[in-house]
Amino acid sequence: MIGKMINKIYDTDIGYSFFNSKIAIISSSIFLIIFLCSFFAEIVAPYDPFDPLNISLMDAFIPPVWSEGGNANFFLGTDQQGRDMFSTMIYGSRISLIVGFSSIIFAMILGVSLGITAGYIGGRYETFVMRLTDVQLTIPSILMALLVDGIARAIISKSMHDEMAIYVLIFAIGISEWPQFARVTRASTLVEKNKEYISASKIIGLSNILIMFKHILPNILRPILVIATIGLALAIITESTLSFLGVGIPPTTPSLGTLIRFGNNFLFSGEWWITFFPAIFLVVLALSINLLGDWMRDALNPKLKKR
Amino acid sequence: MSFLEIKNLNISYLTRKEKIVASKNVEFSLERGEILGIVGESGSGKSTIANAIINLIDPPGEITDGSIKIDNEEICNNEEIIQKARGKKIGFVFQDPQTSLNPLFKIKDQLIETIQTHLKLNYDQALKRSIQLLNEVGIEDAEKRIEDYPHQFSGGMRQRVVIALAISCEPDLIIADEPTTALDVSIQYQILQLLKDLTKKRNLGVIIITHDMGVIAETTNKVIIMRNGVIVEYGLTKDVLTNPKSNEGKSLIISVPPTNKKISRFKLINPEGGEITNESLNLTNSIIQNWGKRSITKDKLLEIKNLTKIFDSDSIIKLKKEINELKALDNVSFNIFEGESFGLVGESGSGKSTIAKIITNLIKPTSGKVFYEGISLNQKNNNKFRGQIQMIFQDPYSSLNPRFKVKNIIAEPIKFFQKNLDKKTIENNVNDLIDIVGMTRQSLDRYPHEFSGGQRQRISIARALATRPRLLICDEPTSALDVSIQAQILNLLKDLQEQLNLTILFISHDLPVIRQMCDRIAVLKNGNLCEIENTEILFNNPSHQYTKELINLMPKIETIL
Repeated sequence: MIGKMINKIYDTDIGYSFFNSKIAIISSSIFLIIFLCSFFAEIVAPYDPFDPLNISLMDAFIPPVWSEGGNANFFLGTDQQGRDMFSTMIYGSRISLIVGFSSIIFAMILGVSLGITAGYIGGRYETFVMRLTDVQLTIPSILMALLVDGIARAIISKSMHDEMAIYVLIFAIGISEWPQFARVTRASTLVEKNKEYISASKIIGLSNILIMFKHILPNILRPILVIATIGLALAIITESTLSFLGVGIPPTTPSLGTLIRFGNNFLFSGEWWITFFPAIFLVVLALSINLLGDWMRDALNPKLKKR
Repeated sequence: MSFLEIKNLNISYLTRKEKIVASKNVEFSLERGEILGIVGESGSGKSTIANAIINLIDPPGEITDGSIKIDNEEICNNEEIIQKARGKKIGFVFQDPQTSLNPLFKIKDQLIETIQTHLKLNYDQALKRSIQLLNEVGIEDAEKRIEDYPHQFSGGMRQRVVIALAISCEPDLIIADEPTTALDVSIQYQILQLLKDLTKKRNLGVIIITHDMGVIAETTNKVIIMRNGVIVEYGLTKDVLTNPKSNEGKSLIISVPPTNKKISRFKLINPEGGEITNESLNLTNSIIQNWGKRSITKDKLLEIKNLTKIFDSDSIIKLKKEINELKALDNVSFNIFEGESFGLVGESGSGKSTIAKIITNLIKPTSGKVFYEGISLNQKNNNKFRGQIQMIFQDPYSSLNPRFKVKNIIAEPIKFFQKNLDKKTIENNVNDLIDIVGMTRQSLDRYPHEFSGGQRQRISIARALATRPRLLICDEPTSALDVSIQAQILNLLKDLQEQLNLTILFISHDLPVIRQMCDRIAVLKNGNLCEIENTEILFNNPSHQYTKELINLMPKIETIL
């Protein structure tokens, strides 16, 4: 049964390209492992780093197990509060992934709906939307996110802020990513809307909304999917950067970026592992998603097909 | 020893799943001063042979076996020799003159570049020669026009420039791959004449690849008919066309629409078996009941009155308004009566499709009105008539949504017009429709890309019939199809019209097809209506000068019979 399914997937062009690309297999397995670990963090992680009962200050600054003074209980050592590094990283990556996924979905919904309407309706509305993307693309996404975060801080009260931080972050990153989606969607829509099956739908009398989302959208999903994958890596890095700068996720529920920021303070006093492991983890995560996106872009583009 | 000899040529394409044989044991020869035609349906391997001669087969294709000799010199798979021969010994004319010239270079530069690559001439000599060549291919005012860019020439002129390029270094062989397919009838005639003249004057060997039997009949001395990579007929054009021996040859020639008479149905020959399959559509009474056989009143169904359409560019800044304007239709009026087939014929840019788009309300006319049963069609009451006017499109590859299954494509209009139908009734209706267009019910669960062009066009017809239309607009419905498939689709349309009493507006640039399909014909030129006349009168006794010209110039397969 499973063998049959794998055979069927292998038979398709995408499946063939996947199973014949080492990069695709390795990067997708790494991403899958990280994704599953963070999803089942309660089971995978040896400690719950947020439970005060588990934390003892006596355990602070224990180096990784292979160096002098290492403790077998804490494989990758502990941080300044005695939390197990491995566990905090797993929990941290969960937050990074949640923020990454949510913000990219937010950006996708916003960008795709603006892009598809702009491409389909055209006229002044299109000009307006596309110039908006032009303007926004001149502002670096980190700056955009900082701006949104700053405004949110001014509006939301201090006590609420820590709770709201994750939503503000998602909104900020989403807002900074949507122009990519809008541009790609509009370009693909312009190609599709001139095909005859769209004329046929119009002659039947279908409404514009139905034509846009039932007929055009499924036909332009491929490039959007590629942008989304590469955008996901970007969103995770942006989240980490913001957290590193101290405007992102609060230290009570640290993400990877927050962990790197903490560790950074101890880097020069010899406790290198507190910042080193989350940083490596982040690099591996972002790299695997990026390579996966690269492969997908090549595999979904018929012009680059070798055979 | 012949000038060009091809022996036992085998070409195959290796894909991941299978090895596709594109040509198998191909053998023919060509003498100087001869024109050889290669015909065949799409995918029969015509162009592959042309590309093999100049060693331009794209990987993963490769020549696995065989020999190609020009003047007794082996050139097959020998890139070193062929590189020198390309342009110098062998000239190539491509199908689409819009893309076969580099738009960034002046005509002058492209000609001189080619000439200087192969001949030892200095710049002035090359320029002089270029001007000479342009004169030879019939471009007037060559000294001045040589300074122009490709976009400043019309399609026919551009193809002349391409031919000038092809003969620029005194080649012995010219290969023309569908040289006139993208061109209008009158220009096609001129280009073919030019090729014929050059062949005689310069004693060239010419290979013309085409799917148009009329072109073959009028220009070639010898002809090859190909099917699935194999030569099925090879001989003098007259012999092959009048008395084809193979089933494939018979099938191809019998489906060519005759230009001199109207036949009720095309005979179809199965290329494998050879038996005549003249099955006409027999719809059961229940289906006819369901899909509405109407009594014909012979009343005016559609009235088009003083239609004018001006396209102007959308740019906000209009400095010179009149330059941006393009008059696509100029004061066109005609009537279509219920139950008749009305033909619209004209060359590209004559405004045929614009009329179809205005009737279906895809674009708005600048002025003038369309009346359907005496009621003016406009934005407000449009949806009421949407179901009654349906359309079949030119390109079967883009007119079906690739992400929809066939059953959903056909069901969509049914669901839209009759919102209260239950699932079972819709399914029955869809089954009826797929029967009507002569396809199996198994095809309902597949996606469009699994079907050939002709089958897709059938699906497209089923979708158009789903709303039980009274007026069916066919916009070049067979121009993307092979002749034998075209014959099937035209038969189907005729059957449907008889059995369901449809009114058809048939738009085409192809005069023989129009003649077979229509009762009355309107001739359009540059947005102006030249004449409207009954088919037989129009073809036997055209009154307008332009119609006369069109009918005279169309390639006729009968010339050779």
